[in-house]
Amino acid sequence: MRHIISVLMENEAGALSRVAGLFSARGYNIESLTVAVTEDETLSRMTIVTSGSDAIIEQITKQLNKLIDVAAVMDLSDGSHLERELMLLKLRAEGCAREELKRMADIFGGRVIDVTATTYVIELTGASSKLDAFIEAIDRDLILETVRTGASGIGRGDRILKL
Amino acid sequence: MELTGAEIAIRCLQEEGVEYLFGYPGGAVLHIYDALFQQDKVKHVLVRHEQAAIHAADGYARSSEKVGVALVTSGPGLTNAVTGIATAYMDSIPMVVLSGQVPSYAIGEDAFQEVDAVGITRPCVKHNFLIKHVADIAPTIKKAFYLAKSGRPGPVLIDIPKDISNQKTEFIYPGSVHIRSYNPVGKGDSAQIRHAAQMLLEAKRPMIYAGGGVVLGDASAQLTDLVRLLGAPCTNTLMGLGGFPASDTQFVGMLGMHGTYEANMAMQYCDVLVAVGARFDDRVIGNVAHFAEVPRKIIHIDIDPSSIAKRVKVDLPIVGNVKLVLEELLTVLRGTKQKPDALALTDWWKQIETWRVKGGGLRYANSSEVIKPQYVIETLHEITRGDAFVTSDVGQHQMWAAQYYRFDKPRRWINSGGLGTMGFGLPAAMGVQLINPGATVACVTGEGSIQMNIQELSTCKQFHLPIKVVALNNRYLGMVRQWQQFFHGDRYSESYMDALPDFVKIAEAYGHVGIRVDSPADVKPAMQEAFARKNELVFMDFRTDSTENVFPMVPGGKGLSEVILAEDL
Repeated sequence: MRHIISVLMENEAGALSRVAGLFSARGYNIESLTVAVTEDETLSRMTIVTSGSDAIIEQITKQLNKLIDVAAVMDLSDGSHLERELMLLKLRAEGCAREELKRMADIFGGRVIDVTATTYVIELTGASSKLDAFIEAIDRDLILETVRTGASGIGRGDRILKL
Repeated sequence: MELTGAEIAIRCLQEEGVEYLFGYPGGAVLHIYDALFQQDKVKHVLVRHEQAAIHAADGYARSSEKVGVALVTSGPGLTNAVTGIATAYMDSIPMVVLSGQVPSYAIGEDAFQEVDAVGITRPCVKHNFLIKHVADIAPTIKKAFYLAKSGRPGPVLIDIPKDISNQKTEFIYPGSVHIRSYNPVGKGDSAQIRHAAQMLLEAKRPMIYAGGGVVLGDASAQLTDLVRLLGAPCTNTLMGLGGFPASDTQFVGMLGMHGTYEANMAMQYCDVLVAVGARFDDRVIGNVAHFAEVPRKIIHIDIDPSSIAKRVKVDLPIVGNVKLVLEELLTVLRGTKQKPDALALTDWWKQIETWRVKGGGLRYANSSEVIKPQYVIETLHEITRGDAFVTSDVGQHQMWAAQYYRFDKPRRWINSGGLGTMGFGLPAAMGVQLINPGATVACVTGEGSIQMNIQELSTCKQFHLPIKVVALNNRYLGMVRQWQQFFHGDRYSESYMDALPDFVKIAEAYGHVGIRVDSPADVKPAMQEAFARKNELVFMDFRTDSTENVFPMVPGGKGLSEVILAEDL
């Protein structure tokens, strides 16, 4: 099952490699991993999307907690949460496809942020599944480049991960 | 007064009460060696290979309650140390390793003797640091010692660039340390502990399975009290030997791949199992699915939550310091009127006795023609009155030492359990002998293992370490040969040790005493002579039966009850 795990960690050199190394050394999946500094510049917030049985996910959270630089871990999938990912798509946009692609972008709440005579760059934000759906909905042959950030997640309401 | 980074590093070690530092100099640590030269509180032990420095610090830590400390140079110094660091990591040994690094301005330029020490050691340390500023040296060393010995212990590496070890700053050693993202547990959950007590009192077939955590956590006394109070059988893992006295009638022997039949069967068929500071690893319970086929309740006490429910499902987890949890469990058990079910226990012990008879205990057929390795270990036990520190290398000799040297005290059995590092025994014995001067220290080894760090005979000479090397020389990499016999159709691929050196001459060349023993009748006299030489290292080369195998054996991937006994072959 897919899980989205939030990690609050010391903003130290090498902290990211400790997490990435842990996943590869123990053979855990990483679907995506995003990390950036928080409002407190000594702390980084990481979102990891992974998958595995309940036992594997339990081990992943325990092993993450065991890293000295990791201050807090929360499996967002345990409760109500929000998830967003940013995707930039460069598409071949010529002839009748130009209008069709613009319309699809509008339907999905995306924006065209770069236009040339033959290409569009579309920016789309949403849950990862919505980005997948957009890719499914358009003609694949038109895709020149796909750039996705990986999911970032946050708990709803009172579910707060903070020191 | 301002001190250099190197001087600060040495002052920090003094503050931590470090008596011995095991190391090997090189370009990147010249400033640190210079600082070391100008003081006499921390004594340096010059090894002959960096791997041995780490193993020596490891043996020092395992046989005491102290943190082992080593110092190596950059590049090959560090990479040579990695096997030792990984060995300590797998067995949770508290250790601080200082490594030199190329100057900070040269990092990343493929400088001479540059290697990414933090990157290479990351998967095999509890934590590591690269020093960026001279002012960070003292607080980082303080943190390193705290991390190494608190919680689940482990090795911590500090990589110090050469230029920073020569920069100056004010020396202030922090009085205390706080790491906000690291909060090791202490007491266990009281409700869980009361629940555990209830389960144990209601058990019909209780079993206590104790590992290295009991030794590292200095909880042997509490474990012993618990076993006696419950009247239950107790087994120790390879790492836990000595955690419960082997001569006690409630001890059913070591468990696992080469454990006793009764220990393994009791693990399989108990109804309530308490795991204390142990981690159900593959060499202990074999096939996990097979183990899970028989229903039993499992209580797991461990300081590391990630050890719990990693390989087997646990009914009652208790995360905490093993000693504190056992103390609280004992208080609860002593405070209740309910007693263990004596009738059920009588039946359970009858069953265990049946298994003991079927398994044949650790009987072996002794011989007057050829030296049996088991006999050598039994004689070692007799001559040293079971009171020696015994280090070992890895292989058949390690298993025979574990089986036949019945350890009654913790911290006496020093071996590489998790990583299984050949070449561990002799350098580990050096650390053991230094921290336990006057104690009898024996290194049980094989002709294969000893050659992986035999150069340390030189260090032993320099530092007057009267270790007794007990080499079980069967001319084979015995454990490899055994597996090839059992599982690879007698095809002994590269397991024969041809062109062996004359170990007596080797010992003599290094300035020690060597004794070669070919006949069973000479085993005891030779050992008596060797151990009578209190101030000399004696290398005993026992020419043992080359085809002897270690029994019982649970083959890899099999269940605990699917055991091969000696008479099965």
